[in-house]
Amino acid sequence: MSILVDKNTRLLVQGITGREGEFHTRQTLDYGTCVVAGVTPGKGGQFACDGRVPVFDNVREAVEATGANTSVIYVPAPFAPDAIIEAADAGIGLIVCITEGIPVNDMIQVKAYLDMKGVRLIGPNCPGLLTPGQAKVGIMPGHIAMPGPVGVVSRSGTLTYEVVYALTALGIGQTTCVGIGGDPIIGTRFVDVLALFEADPETKAVVLIGEIGGNDEEVAARFIAERMTKPVVAFIAGRTAPPGKRMGHAGAIIEGGTGTAAEKIAALEAAGVRVAEHPEQIAQMVTEVIRA
Amino acid sequence: MKLHEYQSKRIFAQYGIPVQEGEVATTPQEVRSLAEQMGSPVVVKAQVLVGGRGKAGGIKLAQTPQEAEEVAARILSLQIKGLPVRKVLVARAADIRQEIYLGIVVDRAAARPVMMASSEGGVEIEEVARTHPDAIKKVHIDPFVGLRSYQTLGLAKSIGLPSALHRDFGRIAQGLYRSFVECDASLAEINPLVITPEGTLLALDAKIVLDDNSLFRHPDLAQLRDIDEETSSERAAREAGLSFVQLDGDIGCMVNGAGLAMATMDIIQHFGGMPANFLDIGGGARADRVATALRLILADPRVKAILLNIFGGITRCDEVARGIVSVLDELRPHLPIVARLVGTNEAEGRQILESSGYGIITATTLAEAAQKAVAAARAT
Repeated sequence: MSILVDKNTRLLVQGITGREGEFHTRQTLDYGTCVVAGVTPGKGGQFACDGRVPVFDNVREAVEATGANTSVIYVPAPFAPDAIIEAADAGIGLIVCITEGIPVNDMIQVKAYLDMKGVRLIGPNCPGLLTPGQAKVGIMPGHIAMPGPVGVVSRSGTLTYEVVYALTALGIGQTTCVGIGGDPIIGTRFVDVLALFEADPETKAVVLIGEIGGNDEEVAARFIAERMTKPVVAFIAGRTAPPGKRMGHAGAIIEGGTGTAAEKIAALEAAGVRVAEHPEQIAQMVTEVIRA
Repeated sequence: MKLHEYQSKRIFAQYGIPVQEGEVATTPQEVRSLAEQMGSPVVVKAQVLVGGRGKAGGIKLAQTPQEAEEVAARILSLQIKGLPVRKVLVARAADIRQEIYLGIVVDRAAARPVMMASSEGGVEIEEVARTHPDAIKKVHIDPFVGLRSYQTLGLAKSIGLPSALHRDFGRIAQGLYRSFVECDASLAEINPLVITPEGTLLALDAKIVLDDNSLFRHPDLAQLRDIDEETSSERAAREAGLSFVQLDGDIGCMVNGAGLAMATMDIIQHFGGMPANFLDIGGGARADRVATALRLILADPRVKAILLNIFGGITRCDEVARGIVSVLDELRPHLPIVARLVGTNEAEGRQILESSGYGIITATTLAEAAQKAVAAARAT
């Protein structure tokens, strides 16, 4: 078992003929993911990735022809909001937006629209999803992961890889790794993914990787205390970040004295979560909670 | 991107908000002649992109043109939170009966804009939030239906504004929301919005922070960037597409990915060191971008050691190593460098670093790399 993506995922790639889109689609195909279609307006009828993926002009035609049920978006930021809404309108149920740099005001509208339609969005500005051995949707390197009992959810990219790599090195596999993205407005938050992991029978423990900015980690802490039976190990990046400075991710900023790592760590620890001091400690703590 | 008060006021004025506008000056003599034209008293306000100008002595009232010239000379020689004051705003002083606060930000948890008002204006809203959270009234704005008049009238009533001013307040609130949306702001704030003795509303201060991600569709607003307000390193980083934040320590960091870069800073501190910077070279960085990043770190005279932490996915370790060695060959620095390369082409990357002859210290884990960097910084 796993969450969100698995062997039944029929993936559509929006922006498949772009540099990023084509590069990552090749890796997605090589991982064994079922990629059924690509979309690039004006390039319908062509094939991408050495003839392996048919390209359509729009999402509706691609869905009708191929039965795609999940979309991954590599479209540049100015066009990504349109791509997300197009996928939702075409009946795609899970949209994963990798694109970085989408204006916040656009995401406010997109999120309100998707909420009305009941469509799930992962991202934007995220590395995507990886269910080891089944499906890779996005840019996470597949070889660092292996199937197993730990669910991973993170606001970060390479920091997630670091943690997954360390887990795998200790022989601890993952059910699904979910990168929810580093922007202030994201489609799916920690609590949404925690609920899915809690309901997934294969997931025995969860790793949560947060960072400064916003209060999603505090909300997650409340959820863990009230609703979760599975153990959670966490890490919060940005203990030493100065206030008022945007630390790379648009959402990673301490504003008005809130969103600090100290507050998040305190909230998680109060909820019974073990919080690691540095990334490599996470894998060690996970082995301990799994054995216990 | 933050805008200056005078820039923000000009934008608010375009949206029908009554503002105390004034003129910008860069010398005490200009301030004097402006005061003569406007008629005294005037207020002279430092234009720097940091909060707390008043407390730092950057805002002064002057009763005469002579006094305006004197206070301007003092303000223009100030450094506020490290930023030299290069411009002042001169405006006819306004009498104040009451100060209120009005602002809009994005509420991340609600995923929509929130308008906040308070009868306790004139101080930082964070301060009010700490001391009198009940004094801040909020309405969330639906992106599809916008800010409705019942909401603004409700806000006006809830902060105890006299009912004669409710409609004017509503017009100001609507103007503020339109400016927020149309400029793609992440913050639009009037603090204080004052009630004058004549019983009218007037914006005495103005603050707009633009969403950097939207500047591509606002070339006019992007031009308002004040390059004097960036350090030369910050400007070089921005132009090279690097995320860079200057910090106070002595260990320069170069990392791919924002979360990993923060975690790298944290682990340096965990082992007793202090990071000199946050630096994310981004995904898939080529040798030239890596070289720019290393030059930025080396330009900081406080840096005593460098920690390179690369987790290669799209980023290739050999490409990073080539960028590093090109700068080492050019600048020949005498700093210890600790490199930890993992992932795509890590063997090639390590090979390039080892054969460079610079005695680069290598490490396998992040903890090991951080400890070695801290030790190296202490030893130099």
